[in-house]
Amino acid sequence: MGSNGVFVKRAMVIGGGIAGISASIDLGNGGYEVVLVEKLPSIGGRMLQLSETFPTLDCAQCTLTPKTVETGQHPKIKLLMYSEVEQVEGKAGNFVVTVRKKAGYVDWEKCTGCGLCQQKCPSKSPSEFDRGMGLGKAIYTLSPQAVPNKPVINPSHCRYFKEKKCRVCEKICPVGAIDYEQQDRFVKENVGAIVTAVGFDLIPKESFGEYGYGEVQDVIDGLAFERLNSASGPTTGEIRRPSDGKIPKEVVFIQCTGSRDPERYMPYCSRVCCMYTAKHARLYKHKVHDGQAYIFYMDIRSTGKGYEEFIQQGMEEEGILYLRGRVSRIFRDGEKVIVWGVDTLTGKKVEVSADMVVLATAIVSQKNTKELAGKLGIKTDDYGFLTEAERKLRPVETDVEGIYIAGCAQGPKDIADAVAHANAAASKVQGLFAKHKDV
Amino acid sequence: MKIELTRQKVHNEFAKKVELISGQNLFACYQCGNCTAGCPVAFAMEVGPHEVIRYTLLGLEDEAVGVNTFWLCASCLQCTSRCPKGIDIARVMDALRMVVLRKKERKDHIQIPEFPEGFLEKVPQIALVSGFRKFLS
Amino acid sequence: MPACAKARPYALCGWECQMDYLYFPGCTLYTKAKNFDQTARDCSLRLGFELKELKEWTCCGATFPLATDNIMALLPPSRILAKAREEGTALTTLCAICFNVIKRTNRLIQQDGEKRDKINNFIEKNYQGDLQVLHYLEILKREIGFPQLKEKVKKPLAGLKTAAYYGCMLLRPFEEMGFDDKEKPTLFEDFLEALGAKATEFPYKIECCGSFQSVGSPDVATECAYRILGSAIKNGAEAMVSTCPMCTFNIDHKQSDIKQKYLDFNPIPVFYFTQLLGISMGLDYQTLGFEQNAVDPLPLLKEKGFL
Repeated sequence: MGSNGVFVKRAMVIGGGIAGISASIDLGNGGYEVVLVEKLPSIGGRMLQLSETFPTLDCAQCTLTPKTVETGQHPKIKLLMYSEVEQVEGKAGNFVVTVRKKAGYVDWEKCTGCGLCQQKCPSKSPSEFDRGMGLGKAIYTLSPQAVPNKPVINPSHCRYFKEKKCRVCEKICPVGAIDYEQQDRFVKENVGAIVTAVGFDLIPKESFGEYGYGEVQDVIDGLAFERLNSASGPTTGEIRRPSDGKIPKEVVFIQCTGSRDPERYMPYCSRVCCMYTAKHARLYKHKVHDGQAYIFYMDIRSTGKGYEEFIQQGMEEEGILYLRGRVSRIFRDGEKVIVWGVDTLTGKKVEVSADMVVLATAIVSQKNTKELAGKLGIKTDDYGFLTEAERKLRPVETDVEGIYIAGCAQGPKDIADAVAHANAAASKVQGLFAKHKDV
Repeated sequence: MKIELTRQKVHNEFAKKVELISGQNLFACYQCGNCTAGCPVAFAMEVGPHEVIRYTLLGLEDEAVGVNTFWLCASCLQCTSRCPKGIDIARVMDALRMVVLRKKERKDHIQIPEFPEGFLEKVPQIALVSGFRKFLS
Repeated sequence: MPACAKARPYALCGWECQMDYLYFPGCTLYTKAKNFDQTARDCSLRLGFELKELKEWTCCGATFPLATDNIMALLPPSRILAKAREEGTALTTLCAICFNVIKRTNRLIQQDGEKRDKINNFIEKNYQGDLQVLHYLEILKREIGFPQLKEKVKKPLAGLKTAAYYGCMLLRPFEEMGFDDKEKPTLFEDFLEALGAKATEFPYKIECCGSFQSVGSPDVATECAYRILGSAIKNGAEAMVSTCPMCTFNIDHKQSDIKQKYLDFNPIPVFYFTQLLGISMGLDYQTLGFEQNAVDPLPLLKEKGFL
């Protein structure tokens, strides 16, 4: 109960990806106040990094932006951006969550989102958002359509923080919003229910010794390919390989990189790679008509509506060559990247001199999901994914009343399933709130 | 080309013997072919190591021992080190060799009288000892 | 006495302290690869430790038995281990194959109590698996250290582009050998850099030369050797370095066979790593056994000014 015995009917959603946003909008529309906590400077999550989504090949930004804008403008949703959950106390109906608002060194009250600081910032470092495919500024927003469209400074890339030089952004800002002295702040939120939708990460390609330990430049992972294909990405949407910027004519896609591999990496199936690899190959062929795409696979898992047809269309219309077998080794040979794989359907060893290789790396939990779960008092499995209350019948609840889970934080899933999951979590919250009478 | 499977044929005595000598579970192989993809001598094999394992699991003894695959295996352990299911394929290859060589009507894979002139003097002892271990009964 | 000598009873610094290792040469090093054995012994003296050959030893068996029910094949290496343990606590060897067999047998004895008892019963010993088995390169790295090795180098092998060929037995299975990263090892390259040479990376450095097939299917082994040499030469290597008489047989002695099949193949010399170590330590080149190398390395060494 709240401080005066009242069950607080406010919800907190941790994570501003598509699952977090969907849950927040549902709860907001249901009439409840929502506090959305997001650790990045803008909401949108992984979908912001994507170029097009399967099976419709809709532009990811076009589908996502209406949702992020709706969230940003919703009267019931309060955004706590660039923030992380520090501590959780209490129980259902009266959680007291301490949130750390990280110092972004920009006063968002004053900032108008004009973007001048980003234009003029002289510092360029490999951008995490672009998966190292391109360079980003020290003061940045994640994308041109970011919601909120206000920047933060990354002190480890910023010349002022590293060498006490520059200060260009401060000089150029028309409203004086730059504040290098800003500190982390703590706020306390009193909520009745929490939805945890902190999303996923990819196993780093540096983990794979047989694929070069990440040192072969033209071996990239799926999200990096998304950035190459994005109009807002480092190559403005042209498929160019990282090492020399040439357009690759022979591209090898490898599914199950680090998935279904109990001996060395993750034993589970990452669920979305079959579909997004087919999507990548098709998008590649749309842009490079005389290129050849090879996909090394073990099985094709295309279970959703329209998915199997999508895969078959790729084979029949785009001439993508599917080779059933794994890849044992990848190494650089001059300008080419040599791929040693096998086609088990003919039984033959296969060698491809590729221009570029795209690895469909395994989906793993975010690094601090386990720590967050500890703060919430909920469980994770051996791989850091949040554990549901019952594997089949209670997929969005946890063992703790009032705490719910949504999206890829519970396990790998595609966008449609993540949204359904989030809608379910919001519905459970509303069910919980309905049980307690208003005062 | 057609094979008829029954519960006696699948995982039969031959397959069980191979599993016993190698200590590996053949059912664990999901035929990803990683072993064949990384094998340095697969270019000379009639079928890759993953196929021989498949033949063995299906109980097809004649097909399994009739190929040159395990005779060409150099026991370099590249397959074992990369198998995602943790199967020691090199041990399975050695087990297949042993199954053939331990039979009563065995035919040794190499015949010493057939060596060319001067071969035995030129080749280092390691090659002879290991070769005789692997290819003679 | 320097502080290091207190921390470790033996130190390489010119003091009288010496670290002795029991040494298992193996059959081939005694004969066809005598140059490997002799240079190792000479170099070790220069570096302050001695290789003490085991009083009695037999062939190690040349291949670790992969059939789980083959205990007879485990007896020779077990005897070697048991006898070595009676004489000391650390055993070293140079041949990668012997190293693989002995180390894997040692691990098996440590872990499988039933087999350990059976073996001990048969060979009438009581060996419990507590001998440390090291490769000579591990001694150079861990006990001496490559920076200290660098200081002892009298003739740096400047400008010699060598490709370090690891082969398979040194690295695999990684869980048992623990020698270096099985996909991207660097120990050999660090060793070459310490000697002042330029280590050439090439993708085939961990691929098997086909050695165990030298008797069964020699053509296959020749083809494997050709690919390895081809890859090294393509990446700029002027010489290869090996630590296994079997690998050397394939990539050195068989170069004449390769030349017959691939007419545009240009032979390059193959050294044992102790031969290069010997040159850099300033040993007389005539004691380094180059007459046993199939492809004559002297022209290259003269050209580089090391002689």
